[in-house]
Amino acid sequence: MNWGQIFSNTLESLLTPTTLAYALAALGLAMHFGFAGLLNFGIAGFMAVGAYGYAISVLTFGLPWWAGMLMGVAASIVFSLIMGIPTLRLRGDYLAIVTIAAAEILRLLFLTTAFEPVTGSADGLFGYNNAGGFNAANPFPPGSYGFGPWTYNAEKLWVVTFGLIILALCVFLLWSLMRSPWGRVIKGIREDEDAVRALGKNVFAYKMQALIIGGVFGALGGIVYAAFANVSPGVYVTSLTFFVWTALLLGGAATIFGPVVGSIIFWVLQAFLTNVLPELAVNGILPISGTQAATIKYILIGAGLMLLVIYRPQGIFGNKKELTFVK
Amino acid sequence: MLFLSALNPKRLLQALIVLVIALIVGAGLFTTPANADSVGDINGPGVSGNVRVDGEPVAGVRMIVEGGGYSAETVTDANGQWFIGVPSKDPTYNVTIDESTLPEGVVVLEGEPTQQVTLDRGDRVVKNFFIGEGVRNVVSFGDQLIARLVYGLNFGLMLGLAAVGLSLVFGTTGLSNFAHSEMVTFGAVAALILGSTLQLPMWVAIPAAVLLSGGFGWALDAGLWKPLRKRGLALVQLMIVSIGLSLAVRYIFQYFIGGGTEQLPGFDAPKIPLFGSVALSVTDLVSMALSLIVIGAFAWWLMRTKTGKATRAISDNPDLAAASGIDVDKVIRVVWIVSAAMAGLAGVLWAYFRPGIKWDMGAQILLLIFAAVTLGGLGTAFGALAGAIVVGVLVETSSLFIPADLKYVGALVVLILVLLFRPQGLLGRKQRIG
Amino acid sequence: MSSNQTPEKATGLHIGTPAPGCKKTNPMLVIDHVKKSFGGLTAVDVEHLEIPTGAITALIGPNGAGKTTLFNLLTGFDSPDTGTWSFQGTSLSGVPSFKVAQMGQVRTFQLTKALSLLTVLENMKLGAKNQAGEGLLKSLIPSIWRKQDQEIEVKAMELLKRFKLDTKKDDFAASLSGGQRKLLEMARALMTDPVLVMLDEPMAGVNPALTQSLLDHVLDLKNQGMTVLFVEHDMHMVRHIADWVVVMAEGKVVAEGPPSTVMKEQAVIDAYLGAHQDTDLGVVTGRITIVDEGDK
Repeated sequence: MNWGQIFSNTLESLLTPTTLAYALAALGLAMHFGFAGLLNFGIAGFMAVGAYGYAISVLTFGLPWWAGMLMGVAASIVFSLIMGIPTLRLRGDYLAIVTIAAAEILRLLFLTTAFEPVTGSADGLFGYNNAGGFNAANPFPPGSYGFGPWTYNAEKLWVVTFGLIILALCVFLLWSLMRSPWGRVIKGIREDEDAVRALGKNVFAYKMQALIIGGVFGALGGIVYAAFANVSPGVYVTSLTFFVWTALLLGGAATIFGPVVGSIIFWVLQAFLTNVLPELAVNGILPISGTQAATIKYILIGAGLMLLVIYRPQGIFGNKKELTFVK
Repeated sequence: MLFLSALNPKRLLQALIVLVIALIVGAGLFTTPANADSVGDINGPGVSGNVRVDGEPVAGVRMIVEGGGYSAETVTDANGQWFIGVPSKDPTYNVTIDESTLPEGVVVLEGEPTQQVTLDRGDRVVKNFFIGEGVRNVVSFGDQLIARLVYGLNFGLMLGLAAVGLSLVFGTTGLSNFAHSEMVTFGAVAALILGSTLQLPMWVAIPAAVLLSGGFGWALDAGLWKPLRKRGLALVQLMIVSIGLSLAVRYIFQYFIGGGTEQLPGFDAPKIPLFGSVALSVTDLVSMALSLIVIGAFAWWLMRTKTGKATRAISDNPDLAAASGIDVDKVIRVVWIVSAAMAGLAGVLWAYFRPGIKWDMGAQILLLIFAAVTLGGLGTAFGALAGAIVVGVLVETSSLFIPADLKYVGALVVLILVLLFRPQGLLGRKQRIG
Repeated sequence: MSSNQTPEKATGLHIGTPAPGCKKTNPMLVIDHVKKSFGGLTAVDVEHLEIPTGAITALIGPNGAGKTTLFNLLTGFDSPDTGTWSFQGTSLSGVPSFKVAQMGQVRTFQLTKALSLLTVLENMKLGAKNQAGEGLLKSLIPSIWRKQDQEIEVKAMELLKRFKLDTKKDDFAASLSGGQRKLLEMARALMTDPVLVMLDEPMAGVNPALTQSLLDHVLDLKNQGMTVLFVEHDMHMVRHIADWVVVMAEGKVVAEGPPSTVMKEQAVIDAYLGAHQDTDLGVVTGRITIVDEGDK
């Protein structure tokens, strides 16, 4: 058992493009569910829209990277509008089903061979970070940075820095919104939208604004993820949505920093299990095969999500009184 | 009802223990890696694809890639996947699918069996053929439509088995159960272990699998849902618990049966041409008959028996039902058993329809089941059945108009449109606010 | 309050004899041919009804008479199958509920809707109209809304004091008692500076000790120039504070008039007798007291 390597790999996931992408997506869900009470089970779809919007803008339309990323954000706003108009007037559980269905529709559209020249079908898209000049915009000269588990090459350092800046901006934005009277209306809608409507607030417009803002956060998560890895339709599956939910609930849904901390914990735990379980299997400590060891991680995530929701629904940082799943 | 008459908690428990042992024994037997069958340098440039009929992988199909003086061929693996590495990216390659190696009655529906690909946009290119049931040359549109309607009806009835159960659970407990898909998979996996691993004849294995599924539903309610109801968890919380359960159970299946596709005995029964271009196997016919009988029995149970009436009373108003002396917990327990048993049967039939058993097979149709329930109006059992048939027919016929790999999209789009214009579903009622 | 058990004053509210659909000297709400059915059941079918300005009007009737549905229709929470209605001369057909509220017609709900996980003070501040900080972009710059927010807080605290909730201002609304929530909901409605206050069963579930103060609050609304329309089963409340009573049964207006006379009308007695044989005893007892007292 190489514990040194296991812990090094585990600690590395404290700060990776993937962790940052999850944190952004979870922040979006905090806006949707934690503050506005919108049951969005399609956050994977928002991430896909951001990632594909960026990649397709660069590869098919030849836009520079920053314009491509803005296109990804714009596409997520359009997605929110298309999804929000029919569903925001409906009961919460309908919204859950429609968002999950919409995300799946998107994934199938990206996967189908019918649009293969644009979407790359099952192979996804790659090469856009070079084509759009994102890599060329890297201000860091080639070399090795950081120390210990957090040693990055210039390319990864650039993505991590970029992701951190975006995340910091989004956290600040969410904090500013939620301390304002706007945030008060949003929290009121979470508690009882009819009561807020009776006080003369345009509930539909507020819910739409919340859907769009959370969706933009999700799309930015997808973009940060795409800035480091390829865009592949196999990533944006329903399970991704559920994993982001787990990260959100770990930290606390109705908090500003909870989603960020939750994503970090989620990825540190997952990295630890990914590294430790196969080692245990290989060394004969657990009587299972290597592939089974990889599966156990997901069983534990599922079981963890159940236990979390049952015993600590407010998350690690949430106030017990703050979120008690009123609906 | 067939499987309810044998309900007896003790026997269920025994059956469950048998299943767990069978699962553990069976675990060692399944080790199928799901790698694509490939030739050439797997890391270099190449052409790959996925041969599927109605979304189901076809193994053993011969694929040929030629161009620039290079030629290579391979056959598809158990997942219908193939990959052929090519020496350079420059030439245009001809990809050929050997129609004679496709299953009987399956042909290339769009274009020729040989098509061109270029690798200009990356190292890899995907080449898939639109194939499906048909006679070489052309089947008239009308005949195709009729065939699709029949398959759709079959698929819809199967979905209906799963959907009425989901709807019943929603109606009585308010839970949108995302783990319903795992109850579907459970039936198929149980049938696989009983019929394939333990070599029981299928006429024993399938009823036993349905019984075990009922036991699974009983265990879920006794071990999880009832205690959670007593704890007073909110509905959204319960829904997220069901998501966690779905993930955990899904990967437990993968842990035991691996990531590949397994087949039940008799999945490749020959198709019998009936009329027009409709060809159904004995399995298909039995499947449809079974769905109809079980749904009929279910309807009788819901409308005529005491428990069925109590179930409807609870769906209507749980407090009132409790106040009028109905043992709500007992009825909900029965609902879980019935719902899980029907989902298990749907899983077995779905395993034949796909064909194949996979750890996430239930999750693949979960959204279609939800669509069926929502279309019918949340919580109305017969609405869910109607919704399921609409979804089934829609999915099957839509592949006449849109690419086959988008056939689920049609049903999901219709779901959203129905919610837009008739949010209470097809058979639901409007409600008063406040 | 208790000095005049049966106020026999000339109301001056109506023109002609008090009969279903009679004209008012100064109507605030005018309802015409409003009809709404759920499935085969006609919930509301009102030919013509006017609600007088500056008075307290009670809407009574047996369970299922369509009172709450009429409330929902008037406030835009539900849309009728047919019919028109106007508020201070402006037609409200097709106007969404939040705009109705912005126009000064605010309502409360039968099942109290306190925003549980907001504090009492936040609940109150949410009620204020025209807040700059409620716009998405303006909310990002505190200097735009901070001053207004402080003014709103001062106003909220004044109201909370009146409703004796000022000591609870930092508690979550979820921690209040049922009666306190009713008070909070009413106080929150007043934050919108309404012209017409519509209360759906303000007394339901309220501790008798609080009843008197609630009654005083409702009377207070009239003294401050607001018009009140309320649904109530508590006949003491109707008798004590209403200036005008509208009786509904099976979706229709069967009688209206000042409380002293309308309670004696045969149509009203029939409406209650006819529909109440299968409902709970408490209501039935209430009915009997009414008739007895009316006869005295």
